[in-house]
Amino acid sequence: MAPWEPTASLLALKARAEIAQRIRAFFGDRGLIEVFTPALAPYTASAPQLDSFKVEAGQAASPLYLQTSPESAMKRLLAAGIGPIYQLGPAFRAGESGRVHHPEFQMLEWYRPGYGLEELMEEVSALVRLFLPGFQPHHTSYRELFQQVLGVDPFDTAIDELIQLAEGSFSAPMEGTTSETNPDFWLDLLMVDHIEPYIRTQFPQGLYVTGFPESQAALARCQLDGTGRKVALRFELYVQGLELANGYDELDDPEELRRRIERDQRIRQSERLPAAEADERLLAAMAAGLPQTSGVALGVDRLAMVALGADRIQDVIPFARDLG
Amino acid sequence: MATYSTNEFRSGLKVLLEGDPCAIVENEFVKPGKGQAFNRVRLRNLKTGRVWERTFKSGESIEAADVLDIDLQYLYNDGELWHFMHPESFEQYAADSQAVQDAAQWLSEQDLCTVTLWNNSPISVVPPKFVELEVVETDPGIKGDTASGGTKPATLSTGAVVKVPLFVSVGEVLRVDTRTGEYQSRVK
Repeated sequence: MAPWEPTASLLALKARAEIAQRIRAFFGDRGLIEVFTPALAPYTASAPQLDSFKVEAGQAASPLYLQTSPESAMKRLLAAGIGPIYQLGPAFRAGESGRVHHPEFQMLEWYRPGYGLEELMEEVSALVRLFLPGFQPHHTSYRELFQQVLGVDPFDTAIDELIQLAEGSFSAPMEGTTSETNPDFWLDLLMVDHIEPYIRTQFPQGLYVTGFPESQAALARCQLDGTGRKVALRFELYVQGLELANGYDELDDPEELRRRIERDQRIRQSERLPAAEADERLLAAMAAGLPQTSGVALGVDRLAMVALGADRIQDVIPFARDLG
Repeated sequence: MATYSTNEFRSGLKVLLEGDPCAIVENEFVKPGKGQAFNRVRLRNLKTGRVWERTFKSGESIEAADVLDIDLQYLYNDGELWHFMHPESFEQYAADSQAVQDAAQWLSEQDLCTVTLWNNSPISVVPPKFVELEVVETDPGIKGDTASGGTKPATLSTGAVVKVPLFVSVGEVLRVDTRTGEYQSRVK
């Protein structure tokens, strides 16, 4: 294959066009409005796990960022009272490159004022069913997964035991991690090395995971669960082992948002990651009043992989190798 | 000291791990939904040939290994070391048995081998894909038996033993695939 040629087949690219059309028809029928928020903005996500592309903005004094998701701008539209909205467009994450990752990808994000997570999961399933007829996902919780696969309660396990689980069952020691004192680091490692392979083999037809630890809430609201633990009102959908969608019952408390941003900033500082200033526009929109809403982001490239039976993201996007 | 960050990892990259030079065989980027990114990496230890699996936190760096593959002409074995020479610069290199390993059984003078140098010393030797060697010992050839499909062992001039068809006789030169150790054909 010559360097100028697309990595995806023309057939796959034509299928992508149809997927986009069907997504738009789906939301049109359900009365959601398509919006187009900027891909380039003077703010960026604070989450330390997200690395943004910083754009040198010519004469401008302050830098711009390619958005890691349209979340912030879409929430400002919600605060302005626009009602249910969706957006289908590019999102950018530096450093995310691999078999199922590409630094620029197509994200479908939508918000449903008045919906809880259950209703939103129903709608996600209806959308996926357009491309996978008969799609009938299972449901489980983050805690149940850890109990099932590793025999521990992730909410009630000391970090030493998590480290032991990660190292003891792993084929080789993790490099340079002796100083990792954040339990989430080890939970994430157990997630990718044990839980996700289990999901891939046991639930290829689809699995919703809910009840994430409070520390992994990102921008979701938290609530006490039946055992008195604070859990994030958040879901992840896996299909054929691929993480396809991530949904929240959206945080609407600006003070809590500011606390989380400050926590992110402390982590960024201690890990020597690029600083991310608080997104004051989003904070102000939330203070003005974000309606109770649930929202979800879905990776459309991965949806196309599942729909087309592709093994690699480069099989469904035209020029996956241009970025090296 | 040169280093590579995980986002520069790709197959073929030479790095230093636990003091040994390794080549990255496979690099997989993994990341749970909203969490920490990792690189799950398979590396081949260039000294032992063993494959290691390691997981790195994405964004970490690892020391680069000064490793180079060059083509060198095999000269001779002095009983302990195998000597090679660069065909243009005439610079000589000596490889020990740990570096040469199984390649020793295929080497004959003048052969152009791919030698891996680490800090300018040979750590592995790959013989030519095909070598032509004389049979020095085998059971008498059965003339005309080109169809029975039977085989017998034959010792070659370098000491290698390969399975050959029954019709092969002492003194004949054979073409052998060094990757599989299999007889290919007789050389006229």
